[in-house]
Amino acid sequence: MSSLIRYISKPHPVTGVTNAKLGTWCFLASEVMLFGGLFSTYVLLRTGASHWPRGSELLNVPLATLNTLILITSSVTMVMSWASLAMKDFPKYRFYMASTILLGLAFLGVKSFEYGSKFSHHHFPSTDPFYAIYFTLTGLHGLHVLGGIIVNTYFLFPGSALWRTEPEQFTGRIECAGLYWHFVDLVWIFLFPVLYLL
Amino acid sequence: MEKYYGWGLPIDISTQGPEIDRLIYVVHGLMAALFIGWFAYLVIALIRFRQRPGHAAVYQLNHFKAPTYIEVAVALFEVLLLVGFSFPVLNHVRNVFPDPAKALQVRIVAEQFVWNVHYPGDDGIFGKTNIHLISGTNPVGLDSSDPAAKDDIVMINQFHVPVHKPVIVQLSSKDVIHSFSIPVMRVKQDVIPGQTIPVWFEATKTGNFEIACAQLCGLGHYRMRGFFTVETEDQFHSWLNSMKPPEPAPANVPTAPAMPVASPTPASSGGVTG
Amino acid sequence: MSHDDHSEKLPFWRKYIFSLDHKVIGVQYAVTGLLFLLFGFSLMMLIRWQLAYPGKPMPFLGQFFHPKTMIGGIMLPEFYNQLGAMHGTIMVFLGVVPLAVGGFGNYVVPLQIGAPDMAFPKLNMMSYWSYFLGGVVMFSSFFLPEGSAQSGWTSYAPLSVIASSGQTWWLFGMVLLITSSLLGSANFITTIVQLRADGLSFFRLPFFVWAQFVTSFLLLLAFPPLEAAGVLQLMDRLAGTSFFLPSGLVVAGRVLERSGGGNPLLWQHLFWFLAHPEVYVLILPAMGIVAEVLATNTRKPIYGYKAMVYSVIFLGFMSFIVWAHHMFLTGMGTKMSAFFQITTMIISIPSIVILTALALSLWGGSIRFNTPTLFAIAFLPMFGIGGLTGLPLGLAASDIHLHDTYYVIGHFHYVVAPGTLFALFAGVYHWYPKVTGRKMSEFLGKLHFWPSLVFINCVFMPMFLMGLAGVSRRLWDPTQYAHAQAVQPLNVFISFSAWFLGLAQIPFILNFFGSLLWGKKVDRNPWEATTLEWSALSPPPHGNFNHPPVVYRGPYEYSVPGQKHDFWPQDMKEKN
Repeated sequence: MSSLIRYISKPHPVTGVTNAKLGTWCFLASEVMLFGGLFSTYVLLRTGASHWPRGSELLNVPLATLNTLILITSSVTMVMSWASLAMKDFPKYRFYMASTILLGLAFLGVKSFEYGSKFSHHHFPSTDPFYAIYFTLTGLHGLHVLGGIIVNTYFLFPGSALWRTEPEQFTGRIECAGLYWHFVDLVWIFLFPVLYLL
Repeated sequence: MEKYYGWGLPIDISTQGPEIDRLIYVVHGLMAALFIGWFAYLVIALIRFRQRPGHAAVYQLNHFKAPTYIEVAVALFEVLLLVGFSFPVLNHVRNVFPDPAKALQVRIVAEQFVWNVHYPGDDGIFGKTNIHLISGTNPVGLDSSDPAAKDDIVMINQFHVPVHKPVIVQLSSKDVIHSFSIPVMRVKQDVIPGQTIPVWFEATKTGNFEIACAQLCGLGHYRMRGFFTVETEDQFHSWLNSMKPPEPAPANVPTAPAMPVASPTPASSGGVTG
Repeated sequence: MSHDDHSEKLPFWRKYIFSLDHKVIGVQYAVTGLLFLLFGFSLMMLIRWQLAYPGKPMPFLGQFFHPKTMIGGIMLPEFYNQLGAMHGTIMVFLGVVPLAVGGFGNYVVPLQIGAPDMAFPKLNMMSYWSYFLGGVVMFSSFFLPEGSAQSGWTSYAPLSVIASSGQTWWLFGMVLLITSSLLGSANFITTIVQLRADGLSFFRLPFFVWAQFVTSFLLLLAFPPLEAAGVLQLMDRLAGTSFFLPSGLVVAGRVLERSGGGNPLLWQHLFWFLAHPEVYVLILPAMGIVAEVLATNTRKPIYGYKAMVYSVIFLGFMSFIVWAHHMFLTGMGTKMSAFFQITTMIISIPSIVILTALALSLWGGSIRFNTPTLFAIAFLPMFGIGGLTGLPLGLAASDIHLHDTYYVIGHFHYVVAPGTLFALFAGVYHWYPKVTGRKMSEFLGKLHFWPSLVFINCVFMPMFLMGLAGVSRRLWDPTQYAHAQAVQPLNVFISFSAWFLGLAQIPFILNFFGSLLWGKKVDRNPWEATTLEWSALSPPPHGNFNHPPVVYRGPYEYSVPGQKHDFWPQDMKEKN
């Protein structure tokens, strides 16, 4: 007879979190270190450079501002999708989750346009250190957005079957997905001023 | 011939050597004292407390005070090693450079897999260099249009210095990270591409020694051996004079051979990938 | 929701290949790790031929090697550099860590905390297969046209950026291995925090669990900067960026057409930011194992348990701020050097506390000299030598002479080889009965231990002399240098000792597999130990315990006065 793994749906009495939530926080801690490594790279490259362009001269600030608004809105819809589940409103959850996914895709669309424009003007990562760190930072961030979109799409379609059998656990999963999505948004909040404005 | 190398520290012919060696001896003395005492304890414990009839283990033991005292003593000794030895020695080696006016100035440009030694010549000024001028016969890319470059001397793997005179070496690399090491001088400095890092020393004995590369730099890392000669001031100057580039030849006279190189290996030898 | 209750009805490939059971995954990690250790060891034995007899054809074996590696049995410098880089990479990332953390951690931790499994079984399985794939990538790289990575396990730029394709495979392999570690560490932390049995407070945890707990934080937080660095190096190699390439590079007489503006030291900082905590990842599980084995076989509690716990936490924290002691010679200013020298000296304190506590645990005990205990006891002086020889390296002034010499190789091998590996062997002999239901042979165990102890010291002790003599690392032919030629007889001595050390592992291999068939069958608690894993069956079934255990006391209640037996299991309510 096998025993059950505890605290999958109900939080631990002392820590106050479920396993998934603690695991997600651990994962996010590692992500902070990952992007921290890249931001440190930016600092080292910029302080060691004899000249460094202003982001606003080379990059499309209005478009990036739009992207910032898109991402912040998507964080709001993400919270709303979790809140809908907490209030047992599954159709509302679907609406808000779909909105989050669409906004995420819009973000990536804008980014693709930006990248395409850079490439057509022969600005590549190999062009200079500024473009190198710009493409790498935003590229890795973009991959994280894509990853989030894929996970969210899973939770919108096949994964949502868990709502019928284990609604608490499913709500917890959406909460964790939300934590990740907020983190991705937060990274962009740092990326935007550092790369585009400074 | 005097024995330079053996099973342990090589001979020390450097003004910095004694203080570095002193630290090495003191630290090893501490290490030996700690290990011997600790190991003695271990042997005693293993014998005394081996399992045998009539000797059960003891559940509760009083807190041992001795290890705490030893621990504190070790910590204090480490502070002493830092403050009394390592910090001052490192400060002396890294920060207290000799007066440039009284020192021999040399540039050494490392590459896969040779040491290019660049002397400034009688004018004491290094000629300008340009990476685009680098060639088989011009390993440091000396710009001959610069008047200061006319008397510069560039050798491959031949590094001569006069004894009892401070030497300041500006280290740089063309390609990958190397490390300039002269064991008998207790000198070692990583050579990082994109930077020029100065190092200084003063030799106290004459002789023929060697430069080693102390950072993996590719296939030829093992054969990146330079010849380091310490000689009297007179010997040094006559060597340097004999290595001078020849005067421009007047017409009708066959031109003198190109700049001499001391090793048969061409400058840009060896594989790229490593 | 429980994971599959019908494990008996699972098909073979889901029960044993893609299993979600932490015990199966632990065995997968351990066996794969041991195989890679053997492979990495073999690479070293090849290196030792070239070092003992540079440029001489390798007898008998030489004929089997491809002309790109050896010509007429004579090893080429490119192959020597490959062996060097891959020996280090394989031993650290494919051997020791998977065995110590993936193997022992996965198998033992859930049992020792009274949990049915790890918190995330599916993630656990993915961690293993990510590691396995990473291993396949690393192993396959030997067969590339220009061979594997050959810029050292440290992969310093710019050398690694201009190196052959093997380096790219190394980077991709590392991404897979880092992913495996990150997933695993989140799993361990969550499991230890959330799934402890009732009554098992943090200060009742076996020290082994504490060690794995801190190790997991190191892996979680220190690996990502290396992953970032790996991405940057891949960009430099594949996308033409210049993160690590300064302007004005001239390679083989040609000016490198790159944007420049990068810094080789950026790679070193990012790399060592991981690689220093990594060495504590290598030692902490070993210390944990030694604590378990010594407590069991001295029949008394570990001395200074609380001090050890506080020390291991402090050690974990300190390990993040010493990294640049690997970079003392890169042109660092004296202020920065002073900072890192100070933190390096400070970090020696918790190490000494833990080692001393373990050694003092022998005092007043009743020591059973079985094979796991022999290895655990040997760990103590060996780690002591390794730790002590870190002192002249951690002091920047003496490091001037010793940096990148054989002194460094001697130092870190003492910690990892007769240090960690001996502790891992102790763990294998100690927990084999729990995993298989049979004991390993004591005779073969001692036949493994004594020659290993002798020969491993013969291999690494002379290296300190070579380092003092100034002999550099990673030299295909040391006899090119007069100062290295002077100690060449030591190279021959070391090589023969290494080959004999290899032979000494044969009893272990025979024992490991033979005992599966002929080992003495045992019940739940053959060592009469106190921690929770010994309350389960040997081997434990899926789900580990019939009923979730309840814990009443600390982990090392041995020889408690007033009891009939000299051990009091953690989950036994009544007296023993």
